[in-house]
Order: sequence, then C-alpha cells, then structure tokens
Amino acid sequence: MIRLSIVALALASAAPVLAETIAVEPGEGAQERLQEALILAQPGDEIALGAGRFELADGLSLDVDNVTVRGAGMEATILDYTGQQGSGEGLLVTSDGVTLRDFAVENPKGDGIKSKGADNIVYHAIRVTWTGGPKPTNGAYGIYPVESTNILIDGTEVSGASDAGIYVGQSSKITVRNSVATDNVAGIEIENSRDAIVERNFVSRNTGGILVFDLPNLPVMGGGNVIVRDNLVAANTTPNFAPEGNIVATVPRGTGVMVMANENVWVGQNLLYDNPTAPVMVIAYPLPFEDASYNPYPREVTVAWNAVDAGGTDPQLEGAEQLTAAFGGALPPVMWDGLLDGGAEYTPLRVHPDLKGWSLNLTEQGKGMAGAQPGPLEVERPGQPISSEGWGASADLEARIK
Amino acid sequence: MKRAAILLGAGVLALTGSIAAHSGQRATAVGPVAVNDAAVMEGLPRTLAEFGFFADAPAQAPAARVTPYRLNTPLYSDGAEKLRFIYLPLGASASADGEGLLEIPVGAALIKTFAFGEGGVRRLIETRVLLHRADGWLALPYLWNEEQTEARLAVAGARVDLVTPRGEAISYRVPNKNQCKECHGLAGDVIPIGPKARNLSHAWLSEMVARGMLDRVPDGADVLPLWEAREGASAADAARAYLDVNCAHCHRPSATASNSGLDLRWEQRDPAAIGIMKRPVAAGRGSGGLRFDVVPGKPEESILTHRMASAEPGVAMPELGKATVDPEGVEAVERWISSLEP
Repeated sequence: MIRLSIVALALASAAPVLAETIAVEPGEGAQERLQEALILAQPGDEIALGAGRFELADGLSLDVDNVTVRGAGMEATILDYTGQQGSGEGLLVTSDGVTLRDFAVENPKGDGIKSKGADNIVYHAIRVTWTGGPKPTNGAYGIYPVESTNILIDGTEVSGASDAGIYVGQSSKITVRNSVATDNVAGIEIENSRDAIVERNFVSRNTGGILVFDLPNLPVMGGGNVIVRDNLVAANTTPNFAPEGNIVATVPRGTGVMVMANENVWVGQNLLYDNPTAPVMVIAYPLPFEDASYNPYPREVTVAWNAVDAGGTDPQLEGAEQLTAAFGGALPPVMWDGLLDGGAEYTPLRVHPDLKGWSLNLTEQGKGMAGAQPGPLEVERPGQPISSEGWGASADLEARIK
Repeated sequence: MKRAAILLGAGVLALTGSIAAHSGQRATAVGPVAVNDAAVMEGLPRTLAEFGFFADAPAQAPAARVTPYRLNTPLYSDGAEKLRFIYLPLGASASADGEGLLEIPVGAALIKTFAFGEGGVRRLIETRVLLHRADGWLALPYLWNEEQTEARLAVAGARVDLVTPRGEAISYRVPNKNQCKECHGLAGDVIPIGPKARNLSHAWLSEMVARGMLDRVPDGADVLPLWEAREGASAADAARAYLDVNCAHCHRPSATASNSGLDLRWEQRDPAAIGIMKRPVAAGRGSGGLRFDVVPGKPEESILTHRMASAEPGVAMPELGKATVDPEGVEAVERWISSLEP
C-alpha cells in the first residue's frame, strides 16, 4: 500500500493549496508532455507554454476548472497542427473559468480552439491561422465557444476559417472585442446566442464581416440582445469559399453586417466601407424549415448611424445589373428583405434617417427571391437608445487580463 | 512539473511492486485471484496489474467475479478485437432499468482490452478501465508494453503503429484521459456506454441473474441485432443499432455533440433529430458540399455517410477512436438511407 499512498499524497498535495505554474517547452514529446500537464493541472494552476513551435499530431484538451494556459505571445508560442492525425479540433476546453492567452494555433484540421459547456472563459491575445490563406479545406471555426455562459474574446486574430473566424454559438453573455478577423468566410458570427457585445474589431477580407444569425432545429434558439458597434468592417470581398451545405455558404461576398432572424439587435457607430453587396443586410431565415418553436424573422432591429460608402456597388445578388441600374448605380447601404411575421405586433427594423436603404419587399418566407419587388426602404427611425445592461462578459473576466 | 515528477516516482515504485506480485502469481498459479477493491475505489494505479482484474492478464484470463461479455452490435475501433469484462465486488449486483444502461453499483468496474492479431498472434494494445467510485465513474487508459507483460497508465494517451485486420497500416490512437470523457461524458459526468440491456444477449443477462449479479432480465433487452447476423435484420434496425452504438454517445442531448442538434439514439423517433433532411450547423468542410445529414433514398447525398466514409481528421466521424473507415458500417447505413422513401 506504500505506493498507493504516495500517489494519494501526490494528488492530495495538489488540492487547492497553492496554485502552481507548470512550464512546458516545445520539442521532443511535446504532445504527451503538454497533454499530461493539461490533465494533471489543478484548479488555479497556470500552464506556461514556452516560446517556439509545438508540433502536434493530435488534438489537445483541457477539462480542469480555473486553469490558465499562457504562451509567450501570439507570435512566439505556436501550437502547430499541420501534421494533425486525429480529433475534430486543435484544443478542446470543457471546464469552467479557463483563461487562454498569448499563444497561436496554426493549421488545425478541424476547428481551432473549441470550448463547449465552458462558462466564464477568456480568450486573450490568441491567434488562429490557416497559413495557406482562404481555402475550403481549412477548418470551420477558429475560435469556437459553444453552449457556454460568460465569454470574453479580446485581442485575438483569426484568419482562413472556412466558416467563421470567431464563432460564438448557443451561448449568452458574450463580448468579442479588439480582435482582427480576416480572410475567413465570416469574420465574426454570433449564432443562436443572447446578450452579446461585438465592438472595436477590425473585420476585413472576409466574404461577410459580422453575422448575427438564429437558426432552426438546434437545442438553443431565440437569439437576440446583440450590439454591434465601433467596428471597422472593410473590404469584405473574398469570394465565398465555404463548403456547400453550411449556412454561411449562402452569404454573398461583399456583405458587411448581416442580421438573420434574431430580436433586439443594434448596429451602430461602425465604419462600413467596401462591402459591395450590402454594408448592412437584415433578412429572415431564407430556407424552408419545420420547427414550430423557431421564429425566422428579424424583430426590433436598429441600424443607427454608421459611416458608410455608396453601398451595393457590385452586389452578388440575382439580377444585380438591373437592380443597381434601378437604384442609380449602387444599391443603398441598408438592405432588408421586407419579410414580416404577419401575426405579431413589433417593429421589424428602424434605420437612421441619414442612411438610405432598399427592400426586396418579399412576401413569403422560405421562397428565396421569388416575388421580390425591390423598392426604396421606408421604415421608422431609431427611438430611444437600447439598454445593454447585463449584456456582454462580466467584469471579473476583464479583470483577468489586466 | 513537481507533481508529475512525484507521480512518475510513484510509478517506478509501482512497476517494481507489480512485477514482483505478478511473478508471484505465476509461481503459485492456483485458486482464483481476487480483485484489489482498494485500487478500484481510490488512487491512480500506475499499472493494470494493481487492480488484479486478471488471473493471467497477458492471456486475458479474468479473475474471480470478473465476467466477460459481448455486445450484439459493437463499436468499431479500426477492427480491433475487443475483450470486455465487468467486475462486481462480492455481495454487489447490477440492476436493470428497462432497455438502457445497466445500473452498475459503486465498487464495480468495466474493463475493455483492445487487441490486434499479427500473424496469428494476438497483440494487446491497450486496456481501458471504467471504475465506479464513490464520486462517480473514472476512466483510465493502460498501454501494453512491447513484451506484452504489463500495461501501464497512460493519462496522456499514446500512438501505436500497427496493421489492422484489413491490412491497413495505421497510427492507432490510445485516447488520453480527457478523450475518454469526450465519449463517456453526459451532462458533465462520466458514464459507461456499452452495457445497455438492449445490446446484451438474453442468454448472458439470464446467466448474470442466475449468478446473483443482476436483478432481472428487463423488457426491451437483446433487441439490437447481432452485428454479424445483420443481414437477417431490417435495414433500419441494423443501421439504427450501428448509429446508436457508434455515434449516439456524443450525438444526443447533454453530450459532446449536443450542439449539433443531431440525436442518433436508438429510441429517438423524430425524423429531423436523426438527421432526415436536417441541415448541418457546424460541419464546416465535413459537409463535403452536401446539404443534409440524411437525404431519403440518396446515401450519396447524405452528410452522415460522407463523414462515416472519411478517415480524414476534420471530416471523419467519429472524431475519436477511428483511424480507418468501417466499410461494413457505411454499407449498413447506406442500405438504410436507400430504403427510406424520398
């Protein structure tokens, strides 16, 4: 029994006494050493990744609460998955209170970093890059929190994702800020989520910049309470390279900010330049669906003042030539499909009077562009500012990166 | 790495201890070997031998109260031969609650050894144990050595080069402790997957009852088809059994792939939930350019079979525990999809 008690002692001594820093360097056996550190870590510990390239053949995972994984900087510490042979993502986090910071993930075969059911998580100064640029063979999501509450994504950089660079799904209390999303199909996507703030990001060279979506047939639906403000959303002109079948494969290149379904969304104070299909697009879920609990319509969406250019100068839409001609060379910056939930009383869309818009004036959801009767947009102007109290990540998450 | 060093030290001690213990057993090989209940209940035993699950571990001859079993439809693991055992301590018995998982008491363990044959010789690769402790189930992987004399705890998993029965040379993945939970996790807890009454034979269950190790043979037992006799089952039963066993531990509510909205459990009857004309949500390039998980009558247009038929990480399903495609599984699911009315 002597050996058992030594093991027991080793485990007991690691209980919540003193947080340790566990250093892991790249080189021979990095996969096993790093994975072992992630498994043996105790709550409160920090795993310090040395500078250099960790060559990894398998995904890594963390399932211990309140652990920090810290690299030597997003250009210095690289988790390199170019030779990955297994797992659906590079790093998987399934525990609460985790902080990921100051390292990079390159060329994962599936998603970059996925955190599922991982509440109170911080991603700070994390880079996820598919180094070959936009390709349909790249993984779907770069930074991918899902089914989680209280998420702070700050100062990250993601490029090359064949779906969304930063994707937050089926979650709540979300802040995505100060991040750079380039060369993805979607730069930043908030999907089936609530209470989200997307601010001060640079979103460029994607197919679509910032997407706020709600989709049917998922365990969590009813997206809403989303603010998109103070972002630079420019030159999102990369042809769509998402594999067909994914909803983002339907996003036209040249989309700036796109709201699909959702309720209570506020888009304002953004610089929206060179998004030649639509700087702002507000539409219903376009496909037929069978899910009685799902609402496909955007409700209470406000497009406040944003700095915009001419708008849809080269739209990737059916009948683009006639459309642009009809509107004098370019489609006005705000596009709506005109679809309404007939039975309900609500304001679908409010737009700042300085912003011109147009509507497809569709009459039936799920029928594509059939029956479109494009015309100028005539909707209410914004009312009172909305309250975002309780939205976004909590202050204690911000405190972790100070 | 202080803690790891201590653990490593303990491991060396354990190694010496277990070799001594093992040769002792060999020398006196008479009478049943008893399982070490203390090892089941606490600590992280560094070697498989410490549990005493086997009278002769290299030969996979079980100790007393360690009972072998098989599943009607098994999980595909690159064609590995799998040796499954359940250990119930003296005086403990399992109970059956309908067609689902047997209720296995604290103190019990499930043991599964993965082996590949090479030139008529069986090579043990790893033995996974699931220990039912006071605070829940604990999953641990043990990796067999080249000499086939001992299996040691490998919390970080490992890769082993081997050749499958189909002749494919692969880098076989021994899962790490966290990966165990990716498949065995449900709502944050670790639970067994395999021993569901519906996937266990009537004969085995009856024998367990006769031995006092199970309370009863429940209704709904033994309904999944025997995999090798699946031609005699309906296309739907064979495929749904395969999907239940190979996919539904993740693709169900509260499990690893819950966010997909795809629920492949045997008992799920909602067509959309099992993927029929369901659009993917986070498939990425895994969609293969296809629009729906299952298109009735058209396996070639179904994402489900597309991903099953791939061995490429990022596309392949399941994501873990598979380096090669299971052509029999793909065929069974294709047969079912073809049989569905468009």
